Amino acid sequence: MIKKSFTKENFVKWVLTAFALSSLLFLFLIFAFILFEGLPLFLKIGLSKIIAGFKWAPTKGSFGIFPMIVSSFLVTFGALIIGAPMGLSCAIYLSEYSGKRMKMFLKPALELLAGIPSVVYGFLGVIYIVPLVRNYLGGSGFSLLSTSIILGVMILPTIISISFDALTSVPRTYREGSFAMGATKWQTIYRVVIPSAKSGILASFILGMGRAIGETMAVIMIAGNALRIPVSILDPLRTLTGNIALELAYATGDHRLGLFSTGVVLLVIIMILNYIANFGIKRKVIK
Amino acid sequence: MARIIGILSLAVIMFLSCTNGPGKEGRRGKKHTITIAGSTSVMPFTEKLAEHFMIDHPSTVVDVQGGGSTAGIQACLNRTVNIGMSSRQLKDAEMVLNEIIICYDGISVVVHPKNPINGLSLKEISDIFHGKITNWSQLGWVDRKIDAITREEGSGTRGSFEDLVMKSQDIDDGIMVQDSNGSVKEIVATDPYAIGYISLGLVDQRVKALAIDGVMPTVKHIKSKKYKIVRPFLYLTNGALDKYAQPFVTFVLSREGQNVLKKEGLVGIHD
Amino acid sequence: MRINPRIVDAAAKVGLSGQAFFTVGILIVIVAIICVKGLPYVNMEFIVSSPEDMGRHGGIFSAIIGTGLLAFLSILFATPLGVGTAIFLTEYTKESAFTKMIRFGVESLAGIPSILYGLFGFIFFVIKLGMGWSLLAGVLTMTIMILPTIIRTSEEAIKSVPRNLRIVSYSLSATKWETVTKVVLPAAAPGILTGIMLSVGRAVGETAAVIFTMGSSLRLPTSLMDSGRTMAVHFYILAREGISMEKAYATALVLVFSILFINVIAYYIMNKVTSRYS
Repeated sequence: MIKKSFTKENFVKWVLTAFALSSLLFLFLIFAFILFEGLPLFLKIGLSKIIAGFKWAPTKGSFGIFPMIVSSFLVTFGALIIGAPMGLSCAIYLSEYSGKRMKMFLKPALELLAGIPSVVYGFLGVIYIVPLVRNYLGGSGFSLLSTSIILGVMILPTIISISFDALTSVPRTYREGSFAMGATKWQTIYRVVIPSAKSGILASFILGMGRAIGETMAVIMIAGNALRIPVSILDPLRTLTGNIALELAYATGDHRLGLFSTGVVLLVIIMILNYIANFGIKRKVIK
Repeated sequence: MARIIGILSLAVIMFLSCTNGPGKEGRRGKKHTITIAGSTSVMPFTEKLAEHFMIDHPSTVVDVQGGGSTAGIQACLNRTVNIGMSSRQLKDAEMVLNEIIICYDGISVVVHPKNPINGLSLKEISDIFHGKITNWSQLGWVDRKIDAITREEGSGTRGSFEDLVMKSQDIDDGIMVQDSNGSVKEIVATDPYAIGYISLGLVDQRVKALAIDGVMPTVKHIKSKKYKIVRPFLYLTNGALDKYAQPFVTFVLSREGQNVLKKEGLVGIHD
Repeated sequence: MRINPRIVDAAAKVGLSGQAFFTVGILIVIVAIICVKGLPYVNMEFIVSSPEDMGRHGGIFSAIIGTGLLAFLSILFATPLGVGTAIFLTEYTKESAFTKMIRFGVESLAGIPSILYGLFGFIFFVIKLGMGWSLLAGVLTMTIMILPTIIRTSEEAIKSVPRNLRIVSYSLSATKWETVTKVVLPAAAPGILTGIMLSVGRAVGETAAVIFTMGSSLRLPTSLMDSGRTMAVHFYILAREGISMEKAYATALVLVFSILFINVIAYYIMNKVTSRYS
């Protein structure tokens, strides 16, 4: 019996199990090391002083990241306001209107937007969007508005591809029933298709949010990175990701721990968003 | 498919292990590498020095990296680099390292060339960055918000700026933050209402350096100690240098090396 | 007054198609800007010569090699792990609490933003394991980062292989492993290749995770322990530090076109596959 477990088939199975476990191992390592570096400061300074503190001056002992949490959510909602209607319209057009040929061209083209590196988005934002905002609206141009525009475009591929999947998975019989009752195409889409695909569309928005809140390089290039909570859409701001990327190279001691604490907060936010998108909402779609 | 990948990967692995790999075999080859890392302010000048040095020392490769003053100091403490670069003074805990001052650098306050203001007092500058002066009209120009830009917490340039200009005042939270001299300069060069501070060596016609208390930031004024916002550029070593790194430091401190630095607008150690 | 539903219908059609073409227009504009500004400075010399004076002069040869090594080696590590996981999930086990856990792990890894990979790679590979800023640290970080993409696309590809093929194979008394390697994997290979190409694209375009693990040395990396610079990092530094706008646009051109090229191949393969089985 013992020898039997040494057969090739069993060996393969164990190796593959080990491979499959590697993903969990990596996830564990990432959590362990970010928490291991980030948590001591929470214990030392106190949770509330970090996540509800207003002052970030890590070399002088203040580690408040509340303004960055607020700013991260502000740019994320800004990106959603711009990206969600655009992305959803594209997805509806693709699934309901476009012919097969048009789809063959449009869908890959829209997905290629996802391939453009975030540094290129950031750079084009600095060169074209920032001066536009500065000259026509005021402020330095490095602002909540510019950042939201760029992030809004960056999350389009996520929103389009996931809403598209949700829309196409609505059974054809729903549409046929609606047409049979004399509804126009738009009425069918608006009253039947979108409501049936609602949870998938919602999931696409939440995954888009996850992408926006985690975006780094484009953001540090156009957000201006000021530490105060912006009061107007023309004010600069600093996100959680920006805080880490700006200061990691220079930081030592408690300063570095502070950046890992920022990472812990970001990780928690992202995990919550992903959990909602993948397990909270999608389950309903499958039913 | 699998075979092609296999062959390709074998080729890469052989390439990696043959060419100057981490193994002893490679190290005994002809080229010796000196690694230098740290301050992004010092890095461009070290790159220049390395290019000159490698002409006369073809068997030595000088590998220069950024990372920041603090990272340079850390790397030097861990002995992962031969030489660390810093644009700030060492803290007490870091004093085990040897400091070599390679030159002095002025920090100049810069604005857009269109800006009619030519000079400010030290007090005005610290008030701008403290958030007390927020509009150009307060300084006698147009009624427009000042777009001030500072460096990130932990930067050597910011540290020196805080010590020499801000003194006891804090830099305001509403001020924009960028993480390198270059990006501060880029914003100042494109935004007519911006003000920032950068290494004197990087000032060119795209930005305008301001006189402070009537003194222009020039090499002459730094030498005569009239211009006060000056910090040293440091090389750091952990114990004695090996026989490949030592000639580089000797070169940097020699007249030839110092001339390279002077050409870049820095102030040499002999002046 | 009620608006005629037919007018609303027509307006919706115009609005939605306009939106779709506007979005594609963004892509075209981005590519056009980069072409117009970058093309005059891209030539053979730019590709094959190394950067000088921090990239102000010379080309981007070392960055191209750095990018190639990073992408190739990450794929080399991630592909067996990813495809192995996909085979395990589809062929060797039934849906259970265990597979749910693995799927949860994969989904979670996919959602983690690249800066957190950078943070992890920096503390774990660069500092704790003492690799320093090196190609190896960059490769290992990137391997973990692209793993979810490879697992998900491979799983899709393996699942889409028709059940009949497997049944025939088993009926010829092939073992499970034989069926997987000789029947399932060859049939799923194009789909898996798509995932690999998409991952290469991701590795080529990544900055945040790379800059903190692989460093930014301009020199050609000659060993796994050398630091190096990818095209994306080189572009970021050129553009942000204002070193040279011409070289920045030229680098962006090479960078964006390599990624577009890789992705177009990926979609081409994917289309072939979907048309084969549908």
